[in-house]
Amino acid sequence: MLPKLPFFKTKEPKNQSKVFIPSRREFLKISSLVTGGFVMGINFQCAGPKGEVITFAPNVYINISSDNVITLIAHRSEMGTGIRTTLPMIVADEMGAEWSKVKIAQAEGDEEKYGDQNTDGSYSIRMFYEPMRLAGGTARQMLQAAAAAKWGVDVSECSTENSQVLHSSGKKIKFGDLVADMGKMEIPKPESITLKEFSSYKLIGKDVMIYDAKDMSTGKAIYGADVDLPNMQIAVIRRSPVVGAKVISFNDEKAMAIPGVNRVVKIEGAGNPPGLDKPLEGVAVIADNTWAAMKGRDALEIEWDLGENQTYSSSKQLEEMLKSTTGDGKLRRERGDFKAAQRNAGKRIERTYLAPFYAHATIEPPAAIAHYQGDGICEIWAPTQHPQWARQAVADALNIDLYNVTVNVTLLGGGFGRKSKPDFVVEAALLSKAAKSPVRVQWTREDDLHHDFLHAQSAQRIKATLDKNGNLSGWNHHTVFPAIGATASATELHPSDGELGLGCIDFPFDVPNIRIESHESKAHTRIGWLRSVSNIHHSFATNCMLDELAEAKGEDPVDFLSGLLGEDKNLNFEGEIKGQFGNYGESIEKFPLNTGRLKRVIEIVAKEANWKNAVAEGKAMGFAAHKSFLTYVACIVRVEKGADGKLLIPEVFYAVDCGIGVNTDRIRSQFEGGAQFATSLAMTSAITLENGKVQQNNFDGYEIIRMPQSPKKIHVHIVESMEKPTGVGEPPVPPYIAALCNAMYKLTGERIYQLPFKA
Amino acid sequence: MDNKYTLTINGKKQEVTAPEDMPLLWVIRDLLSMKGTKFGCGQALCGACTVHLDDKAVRSCSMPISAVGNKKITTIEGLSKEGDHPLQKAWVEHVVPQCGYCQSGQIMQAAALLKENRTPSGSEIEAAMAGNLCRCGTYNRIKEAILTASKS
Ligand code: FES
Ligand code: FES
Repeated sequence: MLPKLPFFKTKEPKNQSKVFIPSRREFLKISSLVTGGFVMGINFQCAGPKGEVITFAPNVYINISSDNVITLIAHRSEMGTGIRTTLPMIVADEMGAEWSKVKIAQAEGDEEKYGDQNTDGSYSIRMFYEPMRLAGGTARQMLQAAAAAKWGVDVSECSTENSQVLHSSGKKIKFGDLVADMGKMEIPKPESITLKEFSSYKLIGKDVMIYDAKDMSTGKAIYGADVDLPNMQIAVIRRSPVVGAKVISFNDEKAMAIPGVNRVVKIEGAGNPPGLDKPLEGVAVIADNTWAAMKGRDALEIEWDLGENQTYSSSKQLEEMLKSTTGDGKLRRERGDFKAAQRNAGKRIERTYLAPFYAHATIEPPAAIAHYQGDGICEIWAPTQHPQWARQAVADALNIDLYNVTVNVTLLGGGFGRKSKPDFVVEAALLSKAAKSPVRVQWTREDDLHHDFLHAQSAQRIKATLDKNGNLSGWNHHTVFPAIGATASATELHPSDGELGLGCIDFPFDVPNIRIESHESKAHTRIGWLRSVSNIHHSFATNCMLDELAEAKGEDPVDFLSGLLGEDKNLNFEGEIKGQFGNYGESIEKFPLNTGRLKRVIEIVAKEANWKNAVAEGKAMGFAAHKSFLTYVACIVRVEKGADGKLLIPEVFYAVDCGIGVNTDRIRSQFEGGAQFATSLAMTSAITLENGKVQQNNFDGYEIIRMPQSPKKIHVHIVESMEKPTGVGEPPVPPYIAALCNAMYKLTGERIYQLPFKA
Repeated sequence: MDNKYTLTINGKKQEVTAPEDMPLLWVIRDLLSMKGTKFGCGQALCGACTVHLDDKAVRSCSMPISAVGNKKITTIEGLSKEGDHPLQKAWVEHVVPQCGYCQSGQIMQAAALLKENRTPSGSEIEAAMAGNLCRCGTYNRIKEAILTASKS
C-alpha cells in the first residue's frame, strides 16, 4: 500500500513497458491511468552529462485534467536548489498555465521515461531549459489548435494565458475543456514548435517562489525518513570502522535482549576498493523503532579484521603528498617552456597549499526505506540525487529485474553530492528482504561522518615566474589528491582528466609558459564529490597565488586578473591539454570558455563592492574570480575584527554570469548559501583519519558555520544575458574561499596556505 | 522497562508506552508518527529536533521521555492551526527554505525567542539561533524573517 503523500505520483505498479512511445494510443492508455485527463509525454532529445545525445522518452508529463488542473512532473531531485520548482515553471510559462494553480508531482527513477535524472554537476538547468520550453510550447500549440478548430478561427489568432486559450475577439476557453479534443490530435514535431519571445515570459527570468515553501515551513514536507509504511521496522547499522574491514564474528546476544529489537543481520561489504555504489560491511540491528535499533547497535559485539587501511593516517599521507610535489609529476597540460621561463625569470615565487578531507554533513543524515515484496519486486522511498543509479544498484544487489524496482524520490534534506551514492538505499533493500517487512535504514550523524564519501584532501605546489619587467611569464601547478575513481578501482592513482578540468588545467590566463602536473596518491577511505568538487582546492590555490603575484608585481589584484585574461576570446586549450578536456560534459564549441565573460563579472563585482575606494580606505577586502560548471563568478569578501576579537564577515559581493537567469530568487539563494557553505570549508570543517578511522563524531568535532559567524550581507549581481543558461548550485563555492583568504591577508598581513584556517 | 506516559502534545492528550530513556524525538516521530520534527545529530548540536516544552525551546533528541513530566509539548505541527504563525508567514514571504530540512527546528527556536523577547535585535537573534545549524546556509533570510515577524 502506498502511503498518502502529496507529491508522489500514484501509479499502476510494476512491469511497466520498457520504452514509452508517445503514440496516441499510448496516450489514451496513460491518460486513463492517471486522472482521465490529457497526459502528454513528449519525445525530445538533449545532450547528456557527457555530451552524448540521449533520448527523452518522454522527459515530461504534462497532465491537464478536464477540471483544468494542470499537473507537471518534476523529474530532478529537490535538495535545496529549487529545481523541483524551476523546471516545471519553465513548462508552465511556455504553455501559459496559471502557475499559482499548477500542481507538481515528483517522478520516480526511470531513465527511459524521463531521460537523465542524476541531479548533480549543476546541470539540471543547462540540460533541461530547452526541452522544458519545447514541452510547454508543444502543449500550447496543441491547445491553440484545438481551440481554433472548435471556434472555426485561424490558429494564429489564438494565444494562451492563465490556463485558458484566448481568441483575439476576446473569446476564452479553459485548457481543461480542450482535453477531449487534444486526445484526438497528433503531436506536432519539435521543429514545428515556435517558442515564445523571451520578453513575454511571466515566470522565466523572475523571482519565483518555490513550490514547497509553505510545506517546508509547517513541517509537512516529506523527506527520506518521513515515509511510514505499515509494519515497517527500523534498522541501524554498525559499519566497518576502517574502509575495507571485514566482520570475523559477532555476538548479538546483548543486542537481542533489548526490548524492541527483532533481528540482527550481517551486510556484506565489497572490501577494498569499497566501490561507489556498494554498502560497507556491517551488522544491522532491526527493531520496532529507531531508539531500540540504536541501543541494539551499541550493544553489538563485533570482531573485525580491519584490513589494509588500519594503519592509515591522513596527516602522514598529506605530508607525503606535499613532499611528492617537489619532483616532476605526470604532465597534464603544457604551453611554451616553463623551465626556460624559470631560467630567464626576474623573480620566482613558489607556494604550497593544503586542504583537508571534507564531509558533506547534510543536516538530514542518509535514510532510506525499502519494501521488498517477494517475487523479485522492491519499492524504495529515498532522498536520492540519482534515483536511476539507486534503482540499478538495488536490482543488482537483490539480483532482480530492474523493471521490478521502483524508486520514489522524497525531498532531500541537503545533498551536495553525498546522496548521489546509492549505498544507503541498497542497505535498506537488503535488510527489507532479510526482515521480510518494510525497513527504514536510519544513519546517525556519527554514521554519516564516519562513513561518508569524502571530498579528498589535497596538496598543491605552484611555482610562478615573473620576467624582468615583472610580468607573469610562467605558471607551474602541481596537484595531488586521491581520485574519486580510486573508490571503485585501486589502480587509479592520479586525479582523472575530469577532476583536473575542475579549476586546474582550465587555467584561463594569458601566461606564455604553463606546465601542469599531477602526482600519485592512494585512497584509503571512500572518496566522492562535494559541492564544486576539485574546484574547491584548485581555486583556493590558484586564486590565492594570483593575489600574491599581483602584489609581487605591485598591481591591484582586480586589474592584474583582468589584464591576465587578455583580449576577449574563446579558449579551447588546443594541443595543450594531455588527455581529455571535460568542459563539464559539454562541447567546447557550444560552451566555450570566454575570457570576456569572466572579465565582465570581475568588472561588475569591483564596481558593486566599490573596490578601489574601499581598498584605498584600508578595508580588508579580498577578491577572486573563477569559472566552474560553465558559470562565470567573481567574488569580493570583506572581513573585520569584531569588538570581541572574533572575525566578522560583514559583506560579500558576487557577480555571476550564468547565461539566462531562469529563477532569479533561487540563483541568489544558491549564492547566499554557497557563501555560507564555503565559509565552513575555509574556516571550520576538516575530517582527519588515524588508524584508518575518522576522528570526528558529530557537529562538535566537524563544525559547520553557525549564524553568529556567518557572512552577513551577501549581494548577488546577476549579469543580464541571453546566453544559454548554466547552473548555479556549485559555482558560488570556489571563488569565495580564495576571496576570503585574500581578505584575511589584508586584515592580518599573513597569507593562508592551509585550510581550514583559524580566526 | 517500558512505562506508560500521558503527554500533552499540541493541545491533545496522547498515551504512549516507551522505555524511560527514549528521547522525546523518537516518541514523536516513531510512536506518534508526527514527522515535522527532524533528526539531525542526536546530541543537541544542530537544533533540527527543536520543540517547545511549556513555550521553552528544547532539543527533543536529548530529552528523555521520563523528563517531560506534565509539561505541554508543542511541535511544528501545533505551532499554528493553519500554518499561519507570523514566523511561518515571514518564512514564506522571504522564501527562507532551501532544502527545508532544518526549518522546523529553526522556526520552533525562533518562536520561543519571540515569546520571550517580542522585538529582538539582530545580535539577540544571532545569539538565540546559534544552536540551529543550516547546511544550506539560509541564515540571513532566517534573520530577516524573524525581524519581519517581530514587527507583525
Ligand atoms: S537532532 Fe537534536 S539537536 Fe540535532
Ligand atoms: S535549508 Fe537545508 S539545512 Fe537548512
